Amino acid sequence: MADAEKIMEIEVLRYRPEQEQEPVLQTYKVPFTDDTSVLQGLQYIKDYLDGTLSFRWSCRMAICGSCGMMIDGKPKLSCKTFLRDYYPGKLRVEALAHFPVERDLMVTIKDYVKRLEGIKPYLIPKQARTLDEGEYLQTPQQRDRYMQFSACINCMLCYAACPQYGVNPKFIGSGHMALLHRYNADSRDGGSDERMGPVNEEDGVWGCTAIGYCSVVCPKQVDPAHAINMYKAKSSLNYFTRFVAPKDADK
Amino acid sequence: MEVYKADVAIVGAGGAGLRAAIAVAETDPTLKIALVSKVYPMRSHTVAAEGGAAAVTRSDDSLDYHFDDTVHGGDWLCEQDVVEYFVAHAHEELVQMEHWGCPWSRTQDGHANVRAFGGMKIERTWFAADKTGFHMLHTLFQTSIKYPSIKRFDEYFCSDLMVEDGRCQGVLAIQIATGEFTLIQAKAVIIATGGAGRVFRENTNGGIVTGDGMALAYRHGVPLRDMEFMQYHPTCMPGTGLLFTEACRGEGGFLLNKDGYRYLQDYGLGPPDPSPRNKAMELGPRDRLSQAFWHEKKRGRTIEGPHGAVVNLDLRHLGAAKLHERLPLICELAEEFLGVDPVHTPIPVLPAVHYTMGGILADGKTASPLLGLYSVGECSSVGIHGANRLGSNSLTELIVFGKVAGVEAANFAKSVAISNPAALEKQAEAARSRALGVVTKSGGTERLAVLRTEMAQSMEDGCGIYRLQADMQATCDQLRELRERYKNLKIDDHSKVYNTEWLLAIELGYLLEVGEAIVYSALNRKESRGSHQRLDGFEQRDDVNFLKHSLAYYTGESAPRIELQDVKITRSKPGTRAYGAAGEKAAAEEREREEPRNG
Repeated sequence: MADAEKIMEIEVLRYRPEQEQEPVLQTYKVPFTDDTSVLQGLQYIKDYLDGTLSFRWSCRMAICGSCGMMIDGKPKLSCKTFLRDYYPGKLRVEALAHFPVERDLMVTIKDYVKRLEGIKPYLIPKQARTLDEGEYLQTPQQRDRYMQFSACINCMLCYAACPQYGVNPKFIGSGHMALLHRYNADSRDGGSDERMGPVNEEDGVWGCTAIGYCSVVCPKQVDPAHAINMYKAKSSLNYFTRFVAPKDADK
Repeated sequence: MEVYKADVAIVGAGGAGLRAAIAVAETDPTLKIALVSKVYPMRSHTVAAEGGAAAVTRSDDSLDYHFDDTVHGGDWLCEQDVVEYFVAHAHEELVQMEHWGCPWSRTQDGHANVRAFGGMKIERTWFAADKTGFHMLHTLFQTSIKYPSIKRFDEYFCSDLMVEDGRCQGVLAIQIATGEFTLIQAKAVIIATGGAGRVFRENTNGGIVTGDGMALAYRHGVPLRDMEFMQYHPTCMPGTGLLFTEACRGEGGFLLNKDGYRYLQDYGLGPPDPSPRNKAMELGPRDRLSQAFWHEKKRGRTIEGPHGAVVNLDLRHLGAAKLHERLPLICELAEEFLGVDPVHTPIPVLPAVHYTMGGILADGKTASPLLGLYSVGECSSVGIHGANRLGSNSLTELIVFGKVAGVEAANFAKSVAISNPAALEKQAEAARSRALGVVTKSGGTERLAVLRTEMAQSMEDGCGIYRLQADMQATCDQLRELRERYKNLKIDDHSKVYNTEWLLAIELGYLLEVGEAIVYSALNRKESRGSHQRLDGFEQRDDVNFLKHSLAYYTGESAPRIELQDVKITRSKPGTRAYGAAGEKAAAEEREREEPRNG
């Protein structure tokens, strides 16, 4: 074995809608070694202590975005958070904040995905190109302009960190703003005007109160707060230019 | 029961399923597509692919080279006509991905860049740093949003196929959020559910990679082909099996034993150039590298780590700048999971199960022998990987054959009607009862995780890198016993809302049956070829008796029936499979033999 086994107490905020009116805390004792992740701790509980505990996970390597949860009150990916860092003492695990809890550590993702679909997160080519013409040319420097914003794994930690999303679940949120910017900043794309709608709306960028916690918790260094700030500037400009050059003027 | 009437149902929304869905939508926008997945699309395991996707790109490369690399790499067990189609359509599909926004890494002049990969003669692997699968998956998912005819059933778990009138005409799915069943009628069904790596203990695969679609097709009489060929990836994380991409070596990384010696030169892969030439040393194919590790361990030249024997993957000489540009995920994984900074310290690695070469029998157009049923991606055996897949061929496979599957299924769907909706509903009710039987019964005593752990250990013991008759037989016997004990499962969770234990139990049923197909196919193959290596008197390749595919047929309660199927040879006759300097010599001799004929 890796090293001597120790025991960690993991408190899980349980909620099973078929049997509980309100969430309840349940504590489990989990043996662990220095390389045991919180996810592995939860898997141990499910496998050997209590098969009813439900949570999402898959890749184990912080790329599928499934296993986000509140760990001692902070939004984190459980696969790359380690029990050793909470020892000695208890560790509390809860469903991601600001999302409706469906059961145990699983939250509703539907609205998040619906909003993602709404921002047109796909390339709207500036210039059409056939397959025979080969790839669009894009220099490494042009690619660098959006690369960081394409790294979002949809883990939703930034939404769980966002005080504005907590009070207004219609707020577009920093993660989707980063994705929107990913396409707008792509040299191949010509669709940024079409994407400004959701930005300018009441629940668009102006909801952001510039706390910046979203970027702190992002496990992929996407820096969504930076994306949202850029769009505050763009949205202001857009507001004024709408009067100068109305969108439908040439029609 | 809720009924949804689709034209084409696709099970699995990873790279292959999404590409197929887009192809159906583009073939005929009036066709209704049901895209069913047990996870949200961006969670699919395509997301974890790292290194890249192969296509002939450079002017000094050729389709013949890519064909030869693939067929030699597969130890001549590839369907050569299918490989010809594959290499010819690879490039246009990668360009298509580029047009959809995939952020491929670029050369200074703005073209897609290519990197070296194991077993590939010329650099032809397109990449997006070391997160190629992630970017391809997200690009496909986000692009799929454009097509209104694609209706997604996110977090719907497929529990059965509906087969009526000799045709596959739909699927039964459990809505995970509610535990309710939906019958999805469809005139054509595409399975794109990925591999079955979770049958094994130490593997690179996500928890969802449980062979679902393979098991479902198998139960309905479709054979699983070449299941004995499981790929061990040579560079994985000790303890968890997480993957360190082959691109580490494509970019110039070394494999070192405990003496700091590049041991691959002792296994016919030399010479040890300071920067490995293509198809040599660290750029050899995965089966050979994993086998070399096994021998190195036997000789006591590996390093003993907390999770057993390891060797070192040394990237230090590549320098911080290149590592952070080309291999950022690898740096992140090494630092966060192992506390190792690859800029300063070699990464401890070992082989782990990575890829299921075999799968649902499919013809070159992805059709199975069951009318109306298609398969694509890792779950499928369309025939391009043979006995050993070359790294970066499978991401390309997803899109080349994803498109084929979509077009074929769309055209088939337009040519037929649902024959008897009432019969389908009746069948769905019966399948629903079977699925519920797993969770509603009481009095069981066997713990799910115990059975799963025993299965995975037994598969590793019997079907590892090297195989022995007695060990394989022991695994056969143990899987038999586990299937019996599976009937006596004890389930803690009897609720309906997000009952993930129920789904794990159904998945274990899939895994056990796919595991049997693997080990019985292995037992029957009395030779050594590609990733199937024996040490019990069958150490050589035997083209007389085994230049054949294995077909595993489901027989219900008893052991699978194994049959052999001819391999399609078009222009590459089985020859010596060699790498490094020996490979160059063999290739020269082959040219000499062929030239008089050509002249």
